[in-house]
This record gives sequence, structure tokens and C-alpha cells, in this order.
Amino acid sequence: MEGLHHDTIVDGEEDDSPAKEQNVPVEEERVGDVRSEDFSEKQINRSLTPEERVNLYEQMARIRRFEERSLRSYQQGHIGGFLHLYIGQEAVAVGAVSVMGEDDHVITAYRDHGHALAVGMDMDECMAELYGKKTGCSKGKGGSMHFFAPDKNFWGGHGIVGGQTPLGLGIAYALKFNKKAGSCLCFMGDGATNQGPFYESLNLASLWNLPVVYIIENNGYSMGTAEARHSAGEPLARRGDMFDIDWSVSHGHDVYEVRHTINDALERAHNESRPSVLEIVTYRYRGHSVADPDQTYRSKEEIEEYKKSKDPINLYKEKLIAEGYLTEESALEIDRLAKEEADASAEFAQASPLPDPTELMDDIYWETDNPANKTSQGTMFFETP
Amino acid sequence: MATITYREALNQALSEEIERDDKVVLMGEEVAQFKGSYKVSEGMLEKFGSDRIIDTPISEAAFSGLAVGAAMMGMRPVVEFMFWSFCYVAFDQIFNNAANVRYMSGGLINVPIVFRGPANGGTNVGATHSHTPENFAANTPGIKVICPATPADAKGMLKSAIRDNDPVCVMENTILYNLQGEVPEENDFIIPLGKANVVREGSDLSIIAHGKSVHTALEVAQTLDETNKVSAEVVDLRSIRPLDTETILSSVRKTNRVLLVEENKPFCGVDAQIAFLIQDQAFDYLDAPIKRVSAIDAPQAYSKSLENAQIPNHDRVLRKAMELI
Ligand SMILES: Cc1ncc(C[n+]2csc(CCOP(=O)(O)OP(=O)(O)O)c2C)c(N)n1
Ligand SMILES: [Mg+2]
Repeated sequence: MEGLHHDTIVDGEEDDSPAKEQNVPVEEERVGDVRSEDFSEKQINRSLTPEERVNLYEQMARIRRFEERSLRSYQQGHIGGFLHLYIGQEAVAVGAVSVMGEDDHVITAYRDHGHALAVGMDMDECMAELYGKKTGCSKGKGGSMHFFAPDKNFWGGHGIVGGQTPLGLGIAYALKFNKKAGSCLCFMGDGATNQGPFYESLNLASLWNLPVVYIIENNGYSMGTAEARHSAGEPLARRGDMFDIDWSVSHGHDVYEVRHTINDALERAHNESRPSVLEIVTYRYRGHSVADPDQTYRSKEEIEEYKKSKDPINLYKEKLIAEGYLTEESALEIDRLAKEEADASAEFAQASPLPDPTELMDDIYWETDNPANKTSQGTMFFETP
Repeated sequence: MATITYREALNQALSEEIERDDKVVLMGEEVAQFKGSYKVSEGMLEKFGSDRIIDTPISEAAFSGLAVGAAMMGMRPVVEFMFWSFCYVAFDQIFNNAANVRYMSGGLINVPIVFRGPANGGTNVGATHSHTPENFAANTPGIKVICPATPADAKGMLKSAIRDNDPVCVMENTILYNLQGEVPEENDFIIPLGKANVVREGSDLSIIAHGKSVHTALEVAQTLDETNKVSAEVVDLRSIRPLDTETILSSVRKTNRVLLVEENKPFCGVDAQIAFLIQDQAFDYLDAPIKRVSAIDAPQAYSKSLENAQIPNHDRVLRKAMELI
């Protein structure tokens, strides 16, 4: 993590930097005083084919368009409950998933649509799940916060803040037990770093040499509570240090940088079976969830400033155009297709059947779903439709 | 048949299943080098090595969650709680993650895991160490709960639990660990979950109990027979979820009087559900109101004299039985 290693950050003299405007999270303040580096020169990025480069762009555009479409559907009343949008953070999930190998796995929290699409879940099953339809990835039983695709090494989608951190550890443990040189990328928010089980997990990860990579997607806020008001001792990733875990802080708006950062941690996991804590600084444009009026804890200027200077999709587009991998026209075309795909997913969801109340009783126990292989006797359910 | 203790029965069940399936591991505090806080896993580290018998730090949330994650990936972990009371710091991992992942994934992910350990009062360890959370656990769809009361049940049901593809909470009892009993020796001896056991036949009264209360019920039935010429039937539930409603109801239909006994605290305890079930499905067979003895409704007391009065004891159960006949 050249230029971003913890020593640099801890020692980085904030006073040297020019005066900063209030309320604007000048990113250097959050990541440390670093020269911005060109990560396209890193090996992991140099080896990208032109198609792969463009694909990264497509994936980010697809996530953004999916999220925008789901927001519209929510406002139209088709989607209920909570809807936590990933807009602004796209480069993190896309960059991370793009460097995963066959035995690498992903688990995350409730802001999970970006990760789900990045691992290859299709928009239809995701949108249908948001609509609570039978054709949803969880048959309408999980909702926005609980997407799963074990066939794509994606283990959810977890609604309890920090609750997935021990699960990620267990996925890494199972890989190691089965002698696979894989790892588990366990995503979490900045707010989640204040949950106790996270520290229990860090201790075990280091003690047992487990190949888990904790990725703190630090978007600056835990709901309406800014990092400075929820966490003592910055940077957050430094908390890995007390367990002798390698840690770093890096930017989340540059998909190349994300790839480089994650790849380092994956190599550590694969080759040394060691955990990492990676804090990736990013930003969410929308409220915590769609229900969040987003007016009490941050300024419009702050959001606009980020969109203007750090938007991961725009920055990457400019880079690809400058490098000659993309043209304005082809970028527009990608975007148009992404929008079309998102609109089609909403149509698919709309046209899909609702689950029947009798389906309430499916998928609770393996055993009741497999009556031919039932081993137990007696009553399992005490009130049924 | 061999006569062994409840503790040895658990040890045999764990050992046989670890031998049988290379996805089974035992993990928890002090299970390996220390041989188990109650010596349940004695000899197992030597036999199976530290990959299968795993000492954990005091991090119930992390190692329970780790085991759930590993189960999602196809392993079959057995997690030992030194006391079930300590599951309260791992509640989220058991009752959100283990219980709900299958449902929330629309059936894509299974969680074949066992959480086990003692859940009982009566050992003068005070309120924090004497919880009996079988009612909490059974209140959660997605979780199975069993409370074996004899060495044979401990072995046969723990083996079933480990082979089960769903999360099973096995609630044992420190006072029963030394109890001796006959246990079949064959390797494939298993007892299905959800099957109650009529441990004493009778005609005047059904005493329905689980866990250690079964033994109290048997003593009271003996007293009733010897001193009052009352024939009490004793039903050991063995499994809380699934629940053997058929055996409960057929006993009630036979005796027409019911006394429910449990160590659970009364409010929304297991027997509240059973009482509901009986009045709902066998109301016409009842010749008297259903009676119930549970733990006295106070935090578990330390002092022996207090705790002995608190737990359903012979005198309280006998007195209640006499009210019924
Ligand atoms: C245990 C728990 N407490 C509180 C909540 C409510 N809640 C949901 S998300 C959230 C904020 C978490 O913020 P962060 O970890 O930074 O993730 P982000 O939303 O920024 O992605 C809160 C308080 C919850 N879901 N679980
Ligand atoms: Mg946050």
C-alpha cells in the first residue's frame, strides 16, 4: 500500500496541508496526506485487457442505474421497507470482486445491491426481490438487505450491523479447513467497526491465521452520525494493529486503486493465510436509506463537492477515454444499455407473481422442505396459514 | 447395553460422529487441552487432534458466528457453550444468523450446526449461570431444541442433532452429567428428534416434563403410587421443537388430568405452549384444569436453601399433583 501505509497516515502532518473548508471532507484529510498515485501502472491493472477495463466501467454503470431505478420504484410504492443505496461507492465492490479468484468469497452488510450485481447476480432477480416477488433471489423472503447467491460465492446480505463479521471469519475458516487457498472478503461500514463481535473476530482471525479480509467501506457516516462523532482513534483500520493484522487506508473512488489494495490483501490471504483490515474511503450520495431525509447531518455542498471531484464512475470514464479504451459515445452506449437493463428488471419485477401465503412455511428447515428425507418426528410449526 | 454416565454418552456421541464425518468439529472454551469444563470431551484432543477439537478464546459471539459461517459452507460444527447462559452474548449469531439464513436466502443455504452445553439451575451458581433458554430458542422458527434427560437420550439425540441439516440447540444439565444409565453400544444407535418417551405408564394423571424435571416427576410418581395408590404416567418430552404433540395428547386422553413440570421460568415457558396445546386439542378429555410447576419466578438465587425452593422439587410437584386428584 505504497504511500498509504499506516506509518504515513499516522505520522502525516495534517498541519502542513492547506486550510480546509468546513464541512467539505477533503479526502486527503480522511485518507492521509498522500500524493495521488497512478494505480494504472500497478501490475494487477497493467495486465487488464481492454475488454476487462471496459467491463469494470460497465459494472459500475449497471450498479448505479440499478440503484437509481430501484429508488424510482420505491418512490412509486413498489418497494417497501428499507432501501440502502450504494450510489457513490460502486468502485469498491466492483474493484474488489474483479480481483477475486475461484475460491474467494464475499459477505457484506445490508447495503448489498452493489456487491450482488458485481458478483454476477442478475438485475431481474434482485429487482424482483425488492418488489417482494416470488421470482426474487430469495423468493421475496429476504428483501433489500438479504440478497444471497452461494453459487457465486456470495453469502449475503446481512441486516444486523457487524453481525456478518464472525460469519466472514467462518467462511475463511472453512476454506482453510478444506485446504483451499481462498479467502473471504468481508465488507462492513465505518459504523460497524464499533460492534464488539468485530473485535472478537479480529482476534480470532489473527490468532488462527485465517484468510479473511475485512473491508471497511468508510463512507463517513453511520446513518446520521459522522465518523468523528462515532469513533475514537483514527484511522479505523488501525484497530487491526492491536491484533497484529496488516492494515491500510486507501481511496475508494479509483477502481484501479481498489483493485491494487484488495489484490495485496488477497495475496496475503492466499499465500500466508493472514487476515487484513482495509479501510477504503468512499462516500454515499443518497441518504442512509431512502427513508432518510438526509438534511440534519451533512450539507448539500459536501455531497456536491464529492460528486464533482470524486465520482468513481466519471473519474474512471475520463481515465479510460484518456487511455483510449473508451470514447464518449461508447460510454453513453454502455450507460444507455445499463438503464435499459434496469428498466427491464423493473418490468420483470412488476410482471412477476407475488408469493403465495402458503410459501411462508417453505425454506425454514431443510427437513420440512425435504419430507422424503425427514428424520425427526413431531410438530415443527405451531401456527400455519 | 453398557452402563455409562450421561457425560460418557455425550463423549461417545461426539467421538462417533467426528469419526463418521470429516466435516464435524467440536469447538468451544476449554474443550481441548482442559478436556472440557465438565470433562465431556475427555480424551478427544488426543484422539482427533487440534484440527477437530478446538479451543477458543472467550468470544462466544465470534466463535458461534464463525461456526455458522463454516456451516453455511458445508461443515458441521458442534459449538460447546460452557453454560447455555453464555449464549446471551452470542444471541445475534444463533437467533439471527443460524436461524434465519436459510429462510432469508429462499432455501439456498443450509446451516447444519449444533450448539450444546448445560442449561440448568440447581448448582448454586447464581442468576447469571443458571438460565434455561429452551423456551427462547424454541420460540425461533429455524431452530430445533432438545433437552435429553438420560444417558441413552443424550447419546442418541446428540448423534441425531449432529446429522441434522438444520441448527439444533442441545440443552444438557450439569447435574445429570454423572447420571448412570444403560446405553446401546451399536455405532448407529440414534434417537430421532421430536419423539417423546412415556417413561412410566399410569392411568390417573399425566405428568409431562423435560430435562431434569423428568427425574423429579418419576420420584413423585413413585411416591404417589406408594402412599396414595395413584397411578401417574410420566412423559419425557425429550425434544421441545419439534414437539411430539401426539404422545402428549394421547397420554392426556388416557388419564384426563395433567401436571406440567419444568425448570423453565413460568412466563412464556415451554409448558405455557403445552398447556395451550392440550386445552386446544384435548379440552373435552380434561377432568380438571391443567396444573403446572415451574421454577419460582425470581432470578435464580445463589443460596442452596433458596435455590432448592426455587426449582421444581419433589414436595412442590407432589403438592400440585395432589391438588389434581
Ligand atoms: C445491531 C444494529 N444496530 C443498529 C442497526 C440500525 N442501523 C442500520 S445501518 C446503521 C448504520 C451503519 O453504518 P455503517 O456501518 O457505517 O454502514 P453504512 O450504512 O454507512 O453502509 C444503523 C445504526 C442495525 N441494523 N443493527
Ligand atoms: Mg458508513
